[in-house]
Amino acid sequence: MVAGGRSPVAGRPPMNRAVFPHRWLPWLLVAPQLAISLVFFYWPAVQALHQSVLREDAFGLRSEFVGLANFARVLGDPAYLNSIRVTVVFSLLTAFGSMAIALFLAVQAEKVVRGRGFYRTLMIWPYAVAPAIAGMLWLFMFNPSFGTLAWPLKQMGITWDPLLRGNQAMALVVAAASWKQISYNFLFFVAGLQAIPRTLIEAAAIDGAGPVKRFWTIVFPLLAPTTFFLLVVNSVYALFDTFGIIHAVTGGGPGKSTETLVYKVYNDGFVNLILGESAAQSVILMVIVITLTAFQFRYVERRVHYG
Amino acid sequence: MKTKFFLATTAIAIGLLPAGMALAKTQISWWHAMTGANSEVVEKIAADFNASQADYELLPVFKGTYPETLNAGIAAFRAGQAPDIIQVFDVGTGVMMAAEGAVKPVAEVLTGAGMTFDKSQYLPGIVAYYSRPDGTMLSFPYNSSSPILYYNKDIFEKAGLDVANPPKTWNEVWDAARQIKTSGAAPCGYTSTWLTWIHTENFAAWNDVPYATNENGLADGNAELMINAPVYVNHFQVLADLAKDGTFKYGGRTSEAKQIFLAGECGIFTESSGGLGDIVKSGMNYGIGQLPYDSDAGGPQNTIPGGASLWVMGGKPDETYKGIAAFFSYLSQTEVQTFLHQTSGYLPVTMAAYEATRTSGFYEANPGRETPITQMLGKAPTANSKGVRLINLPQIRDIENEEFERMLAGEQSAQQALDNAVARGNAAIKQALGL
Amino acid sequence: MAEGEIIGVKRRARAVAHLALVIGIIVVAFPIYYVFVASTHPLQVILRPPLPLVPGAEGPANYTEALTGGVGRIGGVGVGRLLWNTTVVALGIAIGKIIISMASAYAIVFFRFPLRMACFWLIFITLMLPVEVRILPTYKVMVDLRLIDTYGGLILPLIASATATLLFRQFFMTIPNELVEAARVDGAGPWRFFRDILLPLSLTNIAALFVILFIYGWTQYLWPLLMTNSNSMNTIVIALRKMISFADADTPWHLVMVTAMLAIAPPILVVVLMQRWFVKGLVETEK
Repeated sequence: MVAGGRSPVAGRPPMNRAVFPHRWLPWLLVAPQLAISLVFFYWPAVQALHQSVLREDAFGLRSEFVGLANFARVLGDPAYLNSIRVTVVFSLLTAFGSMAIALFLAVQAEKVVRGRGFYRTLMIWPYAVAPAIAGMLWLFMFNPSFGTLAWPLKQMGITWDPLLRGNQAMALVVAAASWKQISYNFLFFVAGLQAIPRTLIEAAAIDGAGPVKRFWTIVFPLLAPTTFFLLVVNSVYALFDTFGIIHAVTGGGPGKSTETLVYKVYNDGFVNLILGESAAQSVILMVIVITLTAFQFRYVERRVHYG
Repeated sequence: MKTKFFLATTAIAIGLLPAGMALAKTQISWWHAMTGANSEVVEKIAADFNASQADYELLPVFKGTYPETLNAGIAAFRAGQAPDIIQVFDVGTGVMMAAEGAVKPVAEVLTGAGMTFDKSQYLPGIVAYYSRPDGTMLSFPYNSSSPILYYNKDIFEKAGLDVANPPKTWNEVWDAARQIKTSGAAPCGYTSTWLTWIHTENFAAWNDVPYATNENGLADGNAELMINAPVYVNHFQVLADLAKDGTFKYGGRTSEAKQIFLAGECGIFTESSGGLGDIVKSGMNYGIGQLPYDSDAGGPQNTIPGGASLWVMGGKPDETYKGIAAFFSYLSQTEVQTFLHQTSGYLPVTMAAYEATRTSGFYEANPGRETPITQMLGKAPTANSKGVRLINLPQIRDIENEEFERMLAGEQSAQQALDNAVARGNAAIKQALGL
Repeated sequence: MAEGEIIGVKRRARAVAHLALVIGIIVVAFPIYYVFVASTHPLQVILRPPLPLVPGAEGPANYTEALTGGVGRIGGVGVGRLLWNTTVVALGIAIGKIIISMASAYAIVFFRFPLRMACFWLIFITLMLPVEVRILPTYKVMVDLRLIDTYGGLILPLIASATATLLFRQFFMTIPNELVEAARVDGAGPWRFFRDILLPLSLTNIAALFVILFIYGWTQYLWPLLMTNSNSMNTIVIALRKMISFADADTPWHLVMVTAMLAIAPPILVVVLMQRWFVKGLVETEK
């Protein structure tokens, strides 16, 4: 999911909320969501937890309790540590790349008067493309031998071979993943920019501050809540929603240079059928996710001041 | 009835109707991973089978890629909802074999329905791959292919190579590839799909050298890899050396290299016989040859099949098994097999279909289509050439691919790559067996 | 600075901005244009790369072939049915999630009840766990509930996440207390307050969320694949994958590209048509 937990610039909540007194209505209202969460989230999560302490064959015909052995093996596996590193690099690059481009374009869109709607309309198209399709597209464009866009790269003297060069493979998946997220970030930045009072910027212009200085001293700090929000959303996107892209573009290779944590869960559990270890990885992921969201929630809720 | 009723009421109760619910005929579900033109063939075979008799209805369902299909089957089995027939790729054979109780050997399904199973009617190389060491056929080979050599005749001509005689040994391939590169006929001499399947598993069978101990795992799954023997190291070191100046071009772990060949970038290409369709449709001036062998080893022996077979799941009603047996015997019919073979490019499973196709003059009209069959028929399979049977072969292939990629990127020698692959692979086998 | 000079600088800055935006759009929209171009060439051209950068002449032929049975022949089910299924799933996810999350956010913000915080945290922790990592156990639940091959099975598990709930909660908390109190003074109960005040205020939020969720539902792959045993329940993304051969078979790339266009176009249409509301929803939550 891409929708973030919290809108960026919401005002601080009133401390003493006016409420409706009612005995059973609130229960009725939360019931559907609770029921769905319990059935489709908690129950499977408990099962994953259970599976993570077992050693089983694929069909579940033989199963043996092994305690924390799966966790020990996963955490002691250099390949797992590698995929943590890959995940961090990939997530940071993707989040930073797509945000930087989107911010730059949003700032340009603020400057123009005519055609703003036209630009915005075209800019949000990639958002509607399924990751599985996006992966296929990028593969088609940048495949070293038949990609239409690989050719100009070669003409520029770049030895373009993402099939064997880990860094280039990483660059390719980062580009594909960022591309899909530019639209979303662009819209949020446009919205954030529109919320900044004109008068502040004009005052700075009168004081003789150039456009670059104005941007860094006034606009960018005022955008901080939006930026922070997008940073979280984008990191989470990079962590989880990019599976389809990596699956289609590199399949984790070359070597293990683009194998992220989620891809490894999939590959170990789904392709190689090492169920116990895959479940242990799922549990570790769940812990990471819960920590991240709790951190996001507390941090966004308490620390960043929105004005 | 009771469950159907329950299902219907539940669905109506929450206002969500399931697709269609036909009754009367015994339904047989068939989960498959066939895409593109092959998906059309599946739909046609099912429709024809359903029209040919009145008792059973075969329902083919696409379940994604091979791993996705296998996983859907496993998930369904664990939830008590296994399909009746599931198509499992060659490398999943070890997993399915280890799942005794979850699957029912095809030989039993057929004899249980009162049919006799005569092994001699089937192509031995294919049946051996999908059988227990004692000869019991476990799964029904649906789509089998075998690696062969393709070459671009225009490039051969430009490079001054003999257009009528493609290279037969690996050394000849290397020489021809170098000539293509140095003569400037094409930017690259040679490329290949599936390094694991073609250059290790089939390399072992075709050259009659062991891939792993215990008859490549067929006699006992607790096997150790032997792919760091000198014959492999020499072979891969040449590949690594040729990769340095682009004489050999790596295309990816599965069949991506086909695009390189189609783009006219490389002159020689090894790939599954099933890949022929795209090459024909692209309009290229191509030729076909046998899979090259290593002149220093014992080849050419016989190649081993790739592709997938149909497994029957256990614990189904007798009526269902009768229907499955009827379907398999339908599939074995000469007309059906010839249709499958001639439209899909996969190998025929029965000798009769092969003979019928040969006498019909199909191979004269479609040169090269017989090559994978003659390769597979080759000589009687030896301990090295019945195939590879490891419980975690997909994982072993992953490991091999990772090491090959590091080798081709110039980070390690062939000896190091294969030593690493063997060490990591052996550890993974031990772990998968729970030892 | 003379006034003319300032205007000149502004004009130049704008020209630069336009240029940057055009380049940006070329980068961003190119892959989609690329699919379109590919969908207008015959198979042979696509098979012999590199692909030209301008549309070919086969467009009408390719689209006719795909729509009148090309896709159906491969997938066992026609394009119409695929698009219908995908639409039902996308709408179901969008509407279902909006309803249940609005209800629970309403309860959590505007009521006080025992275990309120416990409920909040129970929902909140589900914020981010993709179906992919809990797929086997979730599948078992679906089988036990007999939801395989139903729209319910395709929709329900995907609305089990708290993102929308949190978005509504954040928005509801910005509603001034005075508004609630005034409503109570007027004798409005929780239902009337919701219908007459909260719902109208939330419309732009709902629109924004609808777009996001519709697209989320439309682009699902792994889950529908696992949940459908019948061709007639497939979605368009599955059909697309079914057409692409990963080994051993020829792929009808010209039809794949047409199908890709069909898979991409409806969500793009939704975004474009709803963009005014969508953007307004985003801007308003920021105020």
